[in-house]
Amino acid sequence: MVAIYRTLFKTALAQHLQYRAALLIWLLGFILEPTVYMVVWMSIAKSHGGTVGTFSTSDLALYYLAAMLINHLTFDWHFFEMEPRVRSGSFSPMLLRPLHPIHNDLAENITYKMLTFPFMFAAAAGLFLFFGPVLKTPAWSAVLFVPALAMGFAMRFLLEWTLALSAFWTTRTQAVNTTYIVFAIFLSGRFTPLELLPGRIQSVARVLPFRLWISFPVELLLGRMTPEEATRNFAQQIVWIAVFFALLQCVWHQGIKRYSAVGA
Amino acid sequence: MRLFQLFSVYFRLGLQNELQYRANFFVQSFTSVLELGAGLAELHVVFSQTETLGGWRSAELRVLLGVFFIVGGCINMLIAPSMRRLMEDVRQGTLDFALTKPEDAQALVSLRQFEIWKLADILLGLIVLGQALYSLGTVVSPERAILFAGTLLAGMTVVYCFWLMLATCTFWFVRMDNILFIFQSMYDAGRWPLSIYPGWLRLLLTFLVPVAFAVTVPAEALVGRLNPTMLYASFGLAAFMLLISRWFWKIGIRHYSGASA
Repeated sequence: MVAIYRTLFKTALAQHLQYRAALLIWLLGFILEPTVYMVVWMSIAKSHGGTVGTFSTSDLALYYLAAMLINHLTFDWHFFEMEPRVRSGSFSPMLLRPLHPIHNDLAENITYKMLTFPFMFAAAAGLFLFFGPVLKTPAWSAVLFVPALAMGFAMRFLLEWTLALSAFWTTRTQAVNTTYIVFAIFLSGRFTPLELLPGRIQSVARVLPFRLWISFPVELLLGRMTPEEATRNFAQQIVWIAVFFALLQCVWHQGIKRYSAVGA
Repeated sequence: MRLFQLFSVYFRLGLQNELQYRANFFVQSFTSVLELGAGLAELHVVFSQTETLGGWRSAELRVLLGVFFIVGGCINMLIAPSMRRLMEDVRQGTLDFALTKPEDAQALVSLRQFEIWKLADILLGLIVLGQALYSLGTVVSPERAILFAGTLLAGMTVVYCFWLMLATCTFWFVRMDNILFIFQSMYDAGRWPLSIYPGWLRLLLTFLVPVAFAVTVPAEALVGRLNPTMLYASFGLAAFMLLISRWFWKIGIRHYSGASA
Protein backbone atom coordinates (compact mmCIF):
# COMPACT_ATOMS: atom_id res chain seq x y z
CA MET A 1 0.00 0.00 0.00
CA VAL A 2 2.89 2.35 0.79
CA ALA A 3 4.38 1.78 -2.65
CA ILE A 4 0.99 2.35 -4.27
CA TYR A 5 0.50 5.61 -2.42
CA ARG A 6 4.01 6.76 -3.29
CA THR A 7 3.19 6.38 -6.98
CA LEU A 8 -0.22 7.99 -6.54
CA PHE A 9 1.36 11.00 -4.81
CA LYS A 10 3.90 11.36 -7.61
CA THR A 11 1.24 11.32 -10.33
CA ALA A 12 -1.00 13.68 -8.40
CA LEU A 13 1.88 16.08 -7.88
CA ALA A 14 2.68 16.12 -11.59
CA GLN A 15 -1.00 16.69 -12.42
CA HIS A 16 -1.40 19.55 -9.98
CA LEU A 17 1.79 21.26 -11.14
CA GLN A 18 0.46 21.52 -14.68
CA TYR A 19 -1.91 24.26 -13.60
CA ARG A 20 0.02 26.24 -11.03
CA ALA A 21 -1.93 29.46 -11.42
CA ALA A 22 -5.27 27.67 -11.05
CA LEU A 23 -3.97 26.07 -7.90
CA LEU A 24 -3.44 29.45 -6.28
CA ILE A 25 -6.53 31.14 -7.66
CA TRP A 26 -8.69 28.49 -6.01
CA LEU A 27 -7.31 29.58 -2.67
CA LEU A 28 -8.85 33.01 -2.99
CA GLY A 29 -12.33 31.71 -2.23
CA PHE A 30 -11.01 29.90 0.85
CA ILE A 31 -9.46 33.13 2.08
CA LEU A 32 -12.24 35.54 1.21
CA GLU A 33 -15.26 33.66 2.55
CA PRO A 34 -14.09 33.48 6.19
CA THR A 35 -12.63 36.98 5.95
CA VAL A 36 -16.01 38.40 4.94
CA TYR A 37 -17.82 36.55 7.75
CA MET A 38 -15.13 37.64 10.19
CA VAL A 39 -15.56 41.27 9.20
CA VAL A 40 -19.35 41.01 9.53
CA TRP A 41 -19.21 39.59 13.06
CA MET A 42 -16.39 41.87 14.18
CA SER A 43 -18.43 44.82 13.04
CA ILE A 44 -21.40 43.57 15.10
CA ALA A 45 -19.17 43.02 18.13
CA LYS A 46 -17.72 46.51 17.81
CA SER A 47 -21.18 48.09 17.82
CA HIS A 48 -22.02 46.15 21.01
CA GLY A 49 -19.10 47.22 23.17
CA GLY A 50 -16.58 44.76 21.74
CA THR A 51 -18.29 41.40 22.27
CA VAL A 52 -20.99 39.28 20.70
CA GLY A 53 -22.05 36.28 22.78
CA THR A 54 -18.87 35.17 24.55
CA PHE A 55 -16.67 36.26 21.62
CA SER A 56 -14.54 39.40 21.73
CA THR A 57 -13.34 40.90 18.45
CA SER A 58 -9.98 39.22 19.07
CA ASP A 59 -11.69 35.82 19.60
CA LEU A 60 -13.68 36.31 16.40
CA ALA A 61 -10.54 37.03 14.40
CA LEU A 62 -8.92 33.89 15.78
CA TYR A 63 -12.05 31.83 15.20
CA TYR A 64 -12.29 32.70 11.52
CA LEU A 65 -8.56 32.47 10.85
CA ALA A 66 -8.50 28.99 12.39
CA ALA A 67 -11.68 28.06 10.51
CA MET A 68 -10.05 29.31 7.29
CA LEU A 69 -7.09 26.97 7.66
CA ILE A 70 -9.12 24.03 8.92
CA ASN A 71 -11.72 24.35 6.17
CA HIS A 72 -8.94 24.35 3.59
CA LEU A 73 -7.27 21.31 5.15
CA THR A 74 -10.46 19.25 5.43
CA PHE A 75 -12.30 20.08 2.19
CA ASP A 76 -12.61 17.82 -0.83
CA TRP A 77 -13.71 18.74 -4.33
CA HIS A 78 -14.36 15.36 -5.91
CA PHE A 79 -18.12 15.63 -5.56
CA PHE A 80 -17.94 18.23 -8.31
CA GLU A 81 -15.92 15.90 -10.52
CA MET A 82 -17.77 12.65 -10.17
CA GLU A 83 -20.71 13.61 -12.39
CA PRO A 84 -18.54 14.52 -15.43
CA ARG A 85 -16.52 11.34 -14.79
CA VAL A 86 -19.61 9.16 -14.86
CA ARG A 87 -21.24 11.02 -17.72
CA SER A 88 -18.19 11.01 -19.99
CA GLY A 89 -17.30 7.42 -19.14
CA SER A 90 -13.84 8.32 -17.89
CA PHE A 91 -14.78 6.57 -14.67
CA SER A 92 -14.66 3.17 -16.38
CA PRO A 93 -10.84 2.92 -16.63
CA MET A 94 -10.60 3.93 -12.97
CA LEU A 95 -12.87 1.00 -12.13
CA LEU A 96 -10.75 -1.42 -14.12
CA ARG A 97 -7.72 -0.83 -11.94
CA PRO A 98 -7.23 -3.32 -9.13
CA LEU A 99 -7.47 -0.42 -6.67
CA HIS A 100 -10.48 1.36 -5.23
CA PRO A 101 -10.77 4.80 -6.93
CA ILE A 102 -11.05 6.51 -3.54
CA HIS A 103 -7.29 6.04 -3.05
CA ASN A 104 -6.52 8.04 -6.16
CA ASP A 105 -8.77 10.88 -4.98
CA LEU A 106 -7.37 10.79 -1.47
CA ALA A 107 -3.82 11.06 -2.83
CA GLU A 108 -4.85 13.98 -5.06
CA ASN A 109 -6.45 15.69 -2.10
CA ILE A 110 -3.47 15.30 0.22
CA THR A 111 -1.02 16.43 -2.47
CA TYR A 112 -3.11 19.52 -3.16
CA LYS A 113 -3.14 20.39 0.54
CA MET A 114 0.62 19.96 0.86
CA LEU A 115 1.25 22.15 -2.17
CA THR A 116 -1.11 24.95 -1.18
CA PHE A 117 -1.07 24.99 2.61
CA PRO A 118 2.03 27.22 2.81
CA PHE A 119 0.15 29.88 0.82
CA MET A 120 -2.96 29.56 2.99
CA PHE A 121 -0.81 29.81 6.07
CA ALA A 122 0.90 32.93 4.74
CA ALA A 123 -2.49 34.53 4.02
CA ALA A 124 -3.78 33.66 7.48
CA ALA A 125 -0.57 34.94 9.05
CA GLY A 126 -0.92 38.22 7.15
CA LEU A 127 -4.49 38.64 8.36
CA PHE A 128 -3.38 37.65 11.86
CA LEU A 129 -0.87 40.48 11.88
CA PHE A 130 -3.45 42.89 10.45
CA PHE A 131 -6.14 42.14 13.06
CA GLY A 132 -3.65 41.42 15.85
CA PRO A 133 -5.65 38.98 18.01
CA VAL A 134 -4.28 37.35 21.16
CA LEU A 135 -3.82 33.58 21.04
CA LYS A 136 -3.91 31.76 24.38
CA THR A 137 -4.21 28.05 23.69
CA PRO A 138 -3.53 25.67 26.59
CA ALA A 139 -0.81 23.15 25.71
CA TRP A 140 -3.08 20.09 26.07
CA SER A 141 -5.62 21.37 23.55
CA ALA A 142 -2.89 22.36 21.07
CA VAL A 143 -1.65 18.77 21.21
CA LEU A 144 -5.14 17.28 20.87
CA PHE A 145 -5.90 19.62 17.98
CA VAL A 146 -3.85 17.47 15.60
CA PRO A 147 -5.90 14.26 15.99
CA ALA A 148 -9.11 16.33 16.05
CA LEU A 149 -8.17 17.83 12.70
CA ALA A 150 -7.10 14.48 11.24
CA MET A 151 -10.33 12.77 12.27
CA GLY A 152 -12.34 15.75 11.07
CA PHE A 153 -10.70 15.37 7.68
CA ALA A 154 -11.39 11.62 7.65
CA MET A 155 -15.09 12.21 8.43
CA ARG A 156 -15.51 14.92 5.89
CA PHE A 157 -13.67 13.06 3.16
CA LEU A 158 -15.72 9.89 3.68
CA LEU A 159 -19.02 11.77 3.69
CA GLU A 160 -18.25 13.98 0.71
CA TRP A 161 -16.93 11.09 -1.31
CA THR A 162 -20.16 9.22 -0.57
CA LEU A 163 -22.05 12.31 -1.67
CA ALA A 164 -20.09 12.27 -4.93
CA LEU A 165 -21.48 8.81 -5.60
CA SER A 166 -24.92 10.34 -6.11
CA ALA A 167 -23.64 10.72 -9.69
CA PHE A 168 -24.45 7.01 -10.15
CA TRP A 169 -28.14 7.81 -9.75
CA THR A 170 -28.58 11.29 -11.20
CA THR A 171 -26.88 13.67 -13.60
CA ARG A 172 -28.25 16.63 -11.63
CA THR A 173 -25.59 16.42 -8.96
CA GLN A 174 -25.29 20.20 -8.98
CA ALA A 175 -28.57 20.43 -7.08
CA VAL A 176 -27.45 17.77 -4.59
CA ASN A 177 -24.10 19.48 -4.05
CA THR A 178 -25.53 22.96 -3.57
CA THR A 179 -28.01 21.63 -1.01
CA TYR A 180 -25.21 19.99 0.92
CA ILE A 181 -22.93 23.03 0.77
CA VAL A 182 -25.61 25.50 1.84
CA PHE A 183 -26.59 23.48 4.90
CA ALA A 184 -23.03 22.58 5.82
CA ILE A 185 -21.96 26.24 5.90
CA PHE A 186 -24.39 26.92 8.74
CA LEU A 187 -24.17 23.61 10.57
CA SER A 188 -20.39 23.23 10.56
CA GLY A 189 -19.63 26.62 12.07
CA ARG A 190 -18.22 28.25 8.96
CA PHE A 191 -20.71 31.11 8.91
CA THR A 192 -20.67 31.74 12.63
CA PRO A 193 -19.54 30.12 15.88
CA LEU A 194 -22.33 27.69 16.82
CA GLU A 195 -23.25 29.59 19.98
CA LEU A 196 -24.31 32.59 17.90
CA LEU A 197 -26.87 30.58 15.91
CA PRO A 198 -30.49 31.05 16.99
CA GLY A 199 -31.71 28.43 19.49
CA ARG A 200 -33.39 25.91 17.24
CA ILE A 201 -30.78 25.85 14.45
CA GLN A 202 -28.12 25.63 17.13
CA SER A 203 -29.60 22.53 18.75
CA VAL A 204 -29.87 20.91 15.31
CA ALA A 205 -26.24 21.80 14.59
CA ARG A 206 -25.09 20.32 17.90
CA VAL A 207 -26.64 16.94 17.08
CA LEU A 208 -25.47 16.67 13.47
CA PRO A 209 -21.90 15.63 12.55
CA PHE A 210 -20.94 18.68 10.43
CA ARG A 211 -19.65 20.72 13.39
CA LEU A 212 -17.08 18.01 14.17
CA TRP A 213 -14.80 19.06 11.32
CA ILE A 214 -14.82 22.85 11.67
CA SER A 215 -16.36 24.02 14.91
CA PHE A 216 -14.81 21.35 17.14
CA PRO A 217 -11.16 21.66 16.01
CA VAL A 218 -11.44 25.47 15.96
CA GLU A 219 -12.86 25.75 19.46
CA LEU A 220 -10.31 23.23 20.70
CA LEU A 221 -7.50 25.30 19.23
CA LEU A 222 -8.93 28.47 20.74
CA GLY A 223 -8.94 26.87 24.19
CA ARG A 224 -12.73 27.06 24.50
CA MET A 225 -13.21 23.40 25.41
CA THR A 226 -13.03 21.65 28.75
CA PRO A 227 -11.22 18.28 28.70
CA GLU A 228 -14.60 16.55 29.23
CA GLU A 229 -16.17 18.27 26.21
CA ALA A 230 -13.14 17.44 24.09
CA THR A 231 -13.33 13.77 25.08
CA ARG A 232 -17.01 13.65 24.19
CA ASN A 233 -16.32 15.21 20.79
CA PHE A 234 -13.52 12.76 20.06
CA ALA A 235 -15.84 9.89 20.86
CA GLN A 236 -18.46 11.33 18.51
CA GLN A 237 -15.86 11.70 15.76
CA ILE A 238 -14.92 8.02 16.09
CA VAL A 239 -18.56 6.93 15.97
CA TRP A 240 -19.29 9.08 12.92
CA ILE A 241 -16.20 7.85 11.08
CA ALA A 242 -17.47 4.30 11.55
CA VAL A 243 -20.97 5.31 10.39
CA PHE A 244 -19.70 7.14 7.30
CA PHE A 245 -17.37 4.27 6.43
CA ALA A 246 -20.26 1.81 6.56
CA LEU A 247 -22.43 4.20 4.58
CA LEU A 248 -19.76 4.57 1.90
CA GLN A 249 -19.42 0.78 1.58
CA CYS A 250 -23.15 0.37 1.27
CA VAL A 251 -23.68 3.19 -1.27
CA TRP A 252 -20.63 2.09 -3.25
CA HIS A 253 -21.92 -1.47 -3.65
CA GLN A 254 -25.39 -0.29 -4.65
CA GLY A 255 -24.00 2.33 -7.02
CA ILE A 256 -21.48 0.12 -8.75
CA LYS A 257 -24.29 -2.28 -9.61
CA ARG A 258 -26.20 0.53 -11.28
CA TYR A 259 -23.23 1.92 -13.16
CA SER A 260 -23.25 1.12 -16.84
CA ALA A 261 -20.57 2.96 -18.72
CA VAL A 262 -21.59 5.45 -21.38
CA GLY A 263 -22.21 3.69 -24.66
CA ALA A 264 -22.82 0.31 -23.05
CA MET B 1 -30.99 50.24 -33.55
CA ARG B 2 -28.84 47.71 -35.37
CA LEU B 3 -27.43 46.69 -31.99
CA PHE B 4 -30.91 46.05 -30.73
CA GLN B 5 -31.78 43.93 -33.76
CA LEU B 6 -28.61 41.93 -33.29
CA PHE B 7 -29.43 41.50 -29.62
CA SER B 8 -32.94 40.26 -30.30
CA VAL B 9 -31.79 37.79 -32.96
CA TYR B 10 -29.20 36.24 -30.65
CA PHE B 11 -31.60 36.35 -27.73
CA ARG B 12 -34.20 34.38 -29.73
CA LEU B 13 -31.52 31.90 -30.77
CA GLY B 14 -30.41 31.49 -27.18
CA LEU B 15 -33.97 31.04 -26.03
CA GLN B 16 -34.69 28.35 -28.61
CA ASN B 17 -31.46 26.63 -27.72
CA GLU B 18 -32.23 26.50 -24.01
CA LEU B 19 -35.88 25.57 -24.43
CA GLN B 20 -34.59 22.19 -25.52
CA TYR B 21 -33.46 21.59 -21.96
CA ARG B 22 -36.46 22.66 -19.95
CA ALA B 23 -35.62 20.57 -16.90
CA ASN B 24 -32.59 22.82 -16.43
CA PHE B 25 -34.99 25.58 -15.50
CA PHE B 26 -36.12 23.62 -12.45
CA VAL B 27 -32.58 22.72 -11.43
CA GLN B 28 -31.55 26.35 -11.80
CA SER B 29 -34.60 27.59 -9.87
CA PHE B 30 -33.92 25.05 -7.14
CA THR B 31 -30.30 26.16 -6.68
CA SER B 32 -31.31 29.83 -6.87
CA VAL B 33 -33.94 29.36 -4.16
CA LEU B 34 -31.39 27.56 -2.00
CA GLU B 35 -28.77 30.25 -2.43
CA LEU B 36 -31.23 33.03 -1.76
CA GLY B 37 -32.56 31.11 1.24
CA ALA B 38 -29.01 30.84 2.56
CA GLY B 39 -28.54 34.60 2.10
CA LEU B 40 -31.76 35.36 3.98
CA ALA B 41 -30.85 32.85 6.70
CA GLU B 42 -27.48 34.57 7.16
CA LEU B 43 -29.26 37.89 7.59
CA HIS B 44 -31.68 36.27 10.04
CA VAL B 45 -28.80 34.95 12.15
CA VAL B 46 -26.97 38.27 12.03
CA PHE B 47 -30.03 40.25 13.08
CA SER B 48 -30.81 37.83 15.89
CA GLN B 49 -27.66 39.31 17.49
CA THR B 50 -27.90 42.97 16.51
CA GLU B 51 -30.23 45.74 15.38
CA THR B 52 -28.01 47.25 12.71
CA LEU B 53 -24.96 46.18 10.71
CA GLY B 54 -22.68 48.97 9.64
CA GLY B 55 -25.66 51.32 10.08
CA TRP B 56 -27.97 49.21 7.88
CA ARG B 57 -31.21 47.81 9.27
CA SER B 58 -32.45 44.32 8.49
CA ALA B 59 -34.87 45.32 5.73
CA GLU B 60 -32.25 47.58 4.14
CA LEU B 61 -29.83 44.67 3.95
CA ARG B 62 -32.56 42.60 2.33
CA VAL B 63 -32.79 45.35 -0.30
CA LEU B 64 -29.05 44.95 -0.79
CA LEU B 65 -29.44 41.16 -1.05
CA GLY B 66 -32.21 41.59 -3.62
CA VAL B 67 -30.05 43.91 -5.71
CA PHE B 68 -27.13 41.48 -5.32
CA PHE B 69 -29.25 38.69 -6.83
CA ILE B 70 -30.67 40.84 -9.62
CA VAL B 71 -27.24 42.11 -10.67
CA GLY B 72 -25.68 38.65 -10.31
CA GLY B 73 -28.48 37.20 -12.42
CA CYS B 74 -27.99 39.85 -15.12
CA ILE B 75 -24.24 39.26 -15.20
CA ASN B 76 -24.66 35.49 -15.44
CA MET B 77 -27.42 35.73 -18.01
CA LEU B 78 -26.19 38.50 -20.31
CA ILE B 79 -22.50 39.20 -19.80
CA ALA B 80 -20.65 36.13 -18.54
CA PRO B 81 -21.77 33.58 -21.17
CA SER B 82 -20.61 35.70 -24.11
CA MET B 83 -17.32 36.51 -22.44
CA ARG B 84 -16.69 32.86 -21.59
CA ARG B 85 -17.36 31.95 -25.21
CA LEU B 86 -15.00 34.68 -26.37
CA MET B 87 -12.21 33.24 -24.26
CA GLU B 88 -12.94 29.76 -25.56
CA ASP B 89 -13.03 31.00 -29.16
CA VAL B 90 -9.67 32.73 -28.88
CA ARG B 91 -8.14 29.56 -27.45
CA GLN B 92 -9.58 27.37 -30.20
CA GLY B 93 -9.17 29.81 -33.05
CA THR B 94 -12.89 29.86 -33.83
CA LEU B 95 -13.06 33.58 -33.20
CA ASP B 96 -12.30 33.94 -36.93
CA PHE B 97 -15.96 33.17 -37.66
CA ALA B 98 -17.10 36.15 -35.60
CA LEU B 99 -14.46 38.52 -36.94
CA THR B 100 -15.27 37.87 -40.58
CA LYS B 101 -18.92 38.85 -40.11
CA PRO B 102 -19.79 42.31 -41.47
CA GLU B 103 -20.62 43.76 -38.06
CA ASP B 104 -18.69 45.48 -35.31
CA ALA B 105 -16.73 42.65 -33.71
CA GLN B 106 -17.03 43.95 -30.15
CA ALA B 107 -20.80 44.16 -30.41
CA LEU B 108 -20.95 40.71 -31.92
CA VAL B 109 -18.84 38.92 -29.33
CA SER B 110 -20.67 40.68 -26.51
CA LEU B 111 -24.14 39.64 -27.60
CA ARG B 112 -23.67 36.13 -28.84
CA GLN B 113 -24.57 33.97 -25.89
CA PHE B 114 -27.26 33.96 -23.21
CA GLU B 115 -28.17 31.74 -20.31
CA ILE B 116 -31.88 32.31 -20.09
CA TRP B 117 -32.45 30.23 -16.97
CA LYS B 118 -30.45 32.67 -14.85
CA LEU B 119 -33.66 34.66 -15.08
CA ALA B 120 -34.61 32.72 -11.94
CA ASP B 121 -32.05 34.73 -9.94
CA ILE B 122 -33.43 38.00 -11.27
CA LEU B 123 -37.04 37.10 -10.49
CA LEU B 124 -36.21 35.90 -6.99
CA GLY B 125 -34.12 39.01 -6.40
CA LEU B 126 -37.06 41.17 -7.44
CA ILE B 127 -39.37 39.36 -5.01
CA VAL B 128 -36.97 39.86 -2.09
CA LEU B 129 -36.43 43.46 -3.13
CA GLY B 130 -40.17 44.16 -3.30
CA GLN B 131 -40.85 42.51 0.03
CA ALA B 132 -37.97 44.37 1.71
CA LEU B 133 -39.08 47.74 0.32
CA TYR B 134 -42.61 47.01 1.50
CA SER B 135 -41.49 46.19 5.03
CA LEU B 136 -39.29 49.30 5.10
CA GLY B 137 -42.53 51.20 4.64
CA THR B 138 -40.91 53.95 2.59
CA VAL B 139 -42.48 54.87 -0.69
CA VAL B 140 -39.88 54.82 -3.42
CA SER B 141 -40.10 58.26 -4.96
CA PRO B 142 -39.78 58.54 -8.75
CA GLU B 143 -36.52 60.37 -8.18
CA ARG B 144 -35.06 57.43 -6.24
CA ALA B 145 -36.36 54.95 -8.79
CA ILE B 146 -34.61 56.87 -11.58
CA LEU B 147 -31.40 57.06 -9.56
CA PHE B 148 -31.65 53.32 -8.94
CA ALA B 149 -32.16 52.51 -12.61
CA GLY B 150 -29.36 54.89 -13.62
CA THR B 151 -26.79 53.60 -11.14
CA LEU B 152 -27.79 50.01 -11.94
CA LEU B 153 -27.18 50.62 -15.62
CA ALA B 154 -23.87 52.38 -14.89
CA GLY B 155 -22.83 49.53 -12.60
CA MET B 156 -23.67 46.89 -15.20
CA THR B 157 -21.70 48.88 -17.77
CA VAL B 158 -18.67 48.92 -15.50
CA VAL B 159 -18.95 45.17 -14.95
CA TYR B 160 -19.32 44.54 -18.68
CA CYS B 161 -16.23 46.61 -19.50
CA PHE B 162 -14.32 44.89 -16.72
CA TRP B 163 -15.19 41.45 -18.12
CA LEU B 164 -14.45 42.54 -21.67
CA MET B 165 -11.00 43.73 -20.64
CA LEU B 166 -10.33 40.46 -18.82
CA ALA B 167 -11.53 38.50 -21.83
CA THR B 168 -9.38 40.65 -24.12
CA CYS B 169 -6.36 39.55 -22.12
CA THR B 170 -6.85 36.06 -23.64
CA PHE B 171 -5.34 37.46 -26.84
CA TRP B 172 -2.03 37.39 -25.00
CA PHE B 173 -2.42 34.88 -22.18
CA VAL B 174 -4.74 32.26 -23.73
CA ARG B 175 -5.87 30.70 -20.45
CA MET B 176 -7.84 33.27 -18.48
CA ASP B 177 -10.85 31.24 -17.35
CA ASN B 178 -9.47 30.98 -13.84
CA ILE B 179 -9.55 34.73 -13.51
CA LEU B 180 -13.34 34.50 -13.68
CA PHE B 181 -13.21 32.51 -10.47
CA ILE B 182 -11.58 35.52 -8.80
CA PHE B 183 -14.49 37.68 -9.86
CA GLN B 184 -16.98 35.16 -8.51
CA SER B 185 -15.34 34.93 -5.10
CA MET B 186 -15.00 38.67 -4.76
CA TYR B 187 -18.53 39.31 -5.98
CA ASP B 188 -19.86 37.34 -2.99
CA ALA B 189 -18.53 40.04 -0.69
CA GLY B 190 -21.13 42.42 -2.22
CA ARG B 191 -23.92 40.94 -0.10
CA TRP B 192 -22.71 42.98 2.87
CA PRO B 193 -22.41 46.76 3.20
CA LEU B 194 -19.03 47.90 1.98
CA SER B 195 -18.65 50.22 4.96
CA ILE B 196 -17.90 47.28 7.28
CA TYR B 197 -14.81 46.17 5.35
CA PRO B 198 -11.33 47.36 6.24
CA GLY B 199 -9.97 50.03 3.88
CA TRP B 200 -7.77 47.81 1.70
CA LEU B 201 -10.59 45.36 1.05
CA ARG B 202 -13.01 48.19 0.27
CA LEU B 203 -10.53 49.57 -2.28
CA LEU B 204 -10.21 46.14 -3.89
CA LEU B 205 -13.98 45.78 -4.07
CA THR B 206 -14.39 49.23 -5.56
CA PHE B 207 -11.64 49.43 -8.12
CA LEU B 208 -10.10 46.01 -8.70
CA VAL B 209 -13.43 44.18 -8.89
CA PRO B 210 -16.21 46.75 -9.28
CA VAL B 211 -18.67 45.15 -6.83
CA ALA B 212 -19.26 48.50 -5.15
CA PHE B 213 -20.60 50.15 -8.29
CA ALA B 214 -22.55 47.09 -9.43
CA VAL B 215 -24.37 46.26 -6.20
CA THR B 216 -23.79 48.64 -3.31
CA VAL B 217 -24.34 51.95 -5.11
CA PRO B 218 -27.70 50.99 -6.72
CA ALA B 219 -28.93 49.56 -3.40
CA GLU B 220 -27.88 52.75 -1.64
CA ALA B 221 -29.74 54.78 -4.22
CA LEU B 222 -32.87 52.79 -3.53
CA VAL B 223 -32.83 53.18 0.26
CA GLY B 224 -31.68 56.81 0.06
CA ARG B 225 -28.18 56.36 1.46
CA LEU B 226 -26.32 57.38 -1.66
CA ASN B 227 -23.86 60.23 -1.37
CA PRO B 228 -23.47 62.39 -4.48
CA THR B 229 -19.75 61.64 -4.86
CA MET B 230 -20.44 57.95 -5.42
CA LEU B 231 -23.21 58.82 -7.87
CA TYR B 232 -20.91 60.94 -10.04
CA ALA B 233 -18.08 58.44 -9.61
CA SER B 234 -20.37 55.67 -10.84
CA PHE B 235 -21.35 57.48 -14.03
CA GLY B 236 -17.84 58.83 -14.57
CA LEU B 237 -16.29 55.40 -14.19
CA ALA B 238 -18.86 53.84 -16.54
CA ALA B 239 -18.03 56.35 -19.28
CA PHE B 240 -14.30 56.00 -18.70
CA MET B 241 -14.45 52.19 -18.71
CA LEU B 242 -16.46 52.17 -21.94
CA LEU B 243 -13.76 54.16 -23.69
CA ILE B 244 -10.79 52.37 -22.21
CA SER B 245 -12.20 48.86 -22.77
CA ARG B 246 -13.02 49.76 -26.37
CA TRP B 247 -9.46 50.99 -26.87
CA PHE B 248 -8.02 47.89 -25.21
CA TRP B 249 -10.25 45.62 -27.32
CA LYS B 250 -8.98 47.31 -30.50
CA ILE B 251 -5.36 46.65 -29.48
CA GLY B 252 -6.19 43.07 -28.57
CA ILE B 253 -7.96 42.35 -31.82
CA ARG B 254 -5.03 43.72 -33.76
CA HIS B 255 -2.85 41.31 -31.84
CA TYR B 256 -5.04 38.30 -32.67
CA SER B 257 -3.65 36.08 -35.38
CA GLY B 258 -5.91 33.02 -35.24
CA ALA B 259 -4.93 29.77 -33.59
CA SER B 260 -2.93 28.22 -36.40
CA ALA B 261 -1.56 31.28 -38.15
